[in-house]
Amino acid sequence: MTARRPWWKTALGVVFTALMLFPVYWMVNVSFTKTADLRLSPPHLFPLDPTLDGYAEVVRQQLPNLGTSLLIGLGTVALTVVIAAPAAYAISLLNLRGGRTLNFVLLVAQMIPGVVMAMGFYAIYVRLGMLNSVWGLILADSTVAVPFGVLLFTAFMSGLPRELLQAARIDGANAWRTFTSVVMPLSRNSAITVALFAFLWAWSDFVFASTLARNSALKPVTLGIYSYIGNNTTQWNAIMATAVVASIPAAILLVVAQRYVAAGVTAGAVKD
Amino acid sequence: MTISAAPAVRPAPDPKPSAPRPRRAKGGGTGGSRWVAVAFAAPLLAYLLAFYAYPLIRSIDLSIHDYNVRAFVQGNAEFVGLKNYIDVISSPLFGQAAWNTVVFVFGSLIFQYVLGLALAVFFRGNFRLSGILRALFLVPWLLPLIVSGSAWAWMLNSDNGIVNSFLHAFGIGQINWLTSPDTSMLAVIIANIWLGIPFNLVILYSGLQNISGDLYEAAALDGAGPWRQFWSITFPLLRPVSAITLLLGLVYTLKVVDIIWIMTSGGPANSTTTLAIWSYREAFGTGQPDLSPAAAVGNILIVIALIFGFIYLRMQRRQEQS
Repeated sequence: MTARRPWWKTALGVVFTALMLFPVYWMVNVSFTKTADLRLSPPHLFPLDPTLDGYAEVVRQQLPNLGTSLLIGLGTVALTVVIAAPAAYAISLLNLRGGRTLNFVLLVAQMIPGVVMAMGFYAIYVRLGMLNSVWGLILADSTVAVPFGVLLFTAFMSGLPRELLQAARIDGANAWRTFTSVVMPLSRNSAITVALFAFLWAWSDFVFASTLARNSALKPVTLGIYSYIGNNTTQWNAIMATAVVASIPAAILLVVAQRYVAAGVTAGAVKD
Repeated sequence: MTISAAPAVRPAPDPKPSAPRPRRAKGGGTGGSRWVAVAFAAPLLAYLLAFYAYPLIRSIDLSIHDYNVRAFVQGNAEFVGLKNYIDVISSPLFGQAAWNTVVFVFGSLIFQYVLGLALAVFFRGNFRLSGILRALFLVPWLLPLIVSGSAWAWMLNSDNGIVNSFLHAFGIGQINWLTSPDTSMLAVIIANIWLGIPFNLVILYSGLQNISGDLYEAAALDGAGPWRQFWSITFPLLRPVSAITLLLGLVYTLKVVDIIWIMTSGGPANSTTTLAIWSYREAFGTGQPDLSPAAAVGNILIVIALIFGFIYLRMQRRQEQS
């Protein structure tokens, strides 16, 4: 801990951050570039003569895809929380037998490559006629978030004061009542954290979308961008504009969730 | 330590049930509480069976049958035992894909780790704006991979990319980053290093927070400079955290598909075909899905990932006990 806060470190930090974020800046810059200027050499470093053509393309072509992604994201969030929270309650507070084993299974589950899961789902969905459906994608995407959700909820709920649960029981609340009116309200920040990450992963998913919804009428936006690239289009400003729009949830997460995530973790840290 | 918390939870090294849970078999529960617990966990158990176990069984099933497109729909594929595995392993592509996987994984990990550690040490001494800057470092990690992948693809474009244009200013001629087999692997590794730095930074930074400041003060009194302090204090004490970061990174990097597929689709001439990419391409990359060999490659990949995964879990547990 230095009492003095050297300005040169801040300066250096800004330089590092700028280098790190250059690709993001470049994406934004290209998204505002005129189609005619895309092939300039050297390219313009700043969008001095910006155009919104790229974004007009987004509105014209990608709006349904953005809607689909939103729907899939929200569906994944709902499914994840509904499955993960009660299970975490059972593991952390109801002394579920085999709870430790279950945790271990969840840790291992997170290590399975997405390609293999995609193949398994593909084989199943072909039979059930669930390919190219929003539901199919929600189910597949949730497999990334559910283990994470259970582990996070469990970590938080184990830190809840037992006295509170006993008080609820003395007041005549059964396990379900305790869960809905004591445990869940207290776990609000964890729920927000789980929900945000579940949304972000579902929104960002490429592997499941490109395997299970290849011919879908309702494409997620990740596939929208991918088919742009695949078509060898010259309109990189439109691609980058779509990419910028597709990054909005990440930006929101960074700005808004910072608080919730921090709150969730500090709340969990001050147990005992 | 504000948002460093966010990613710390993702790889799930931390969210374990805190310590050994107090066993309160008696007293804690009322009569049927065991069944109540099972009831609350039942949706998860059903979910794991239906959406983890069943797809995995299906993928094993695919790998030991000969599924062509027709058999796939009718469900009468011929049982071929381990033939798919033998075919895959004896294919000339296997050696290349395995080697590419090694290069991709270790090339990415080494630089992610070194740069992540350097940045973690840099951010350790709090300075003005350090919190915000550290938060901004997470951006690459939060972006959808299709976004980062396409941004890098355009930056590395041979004719119009900013990277070549920058190198040109230094008199370096055009490099065909993504279209030459000599540089394509380097290109995807660079992009992947960029993606992995935030994760390494966050985990290593939180590891640094657990090293007592007194040690550094004592070392400084003894006349040790920053370099000496790093090698005598920081690096040795960070070894367990480093091992965990690298192992977890390894498990995650092994299964990377998106970034490579988006940038090069495994080409040119298979120069960026890793095992994961190979599996993906056999199954979904062409018009004719060839799921049986793809599943065989995928299952080999699972075995490799789980070997390192178990080493990671053991190490994690041992560290918790100490």
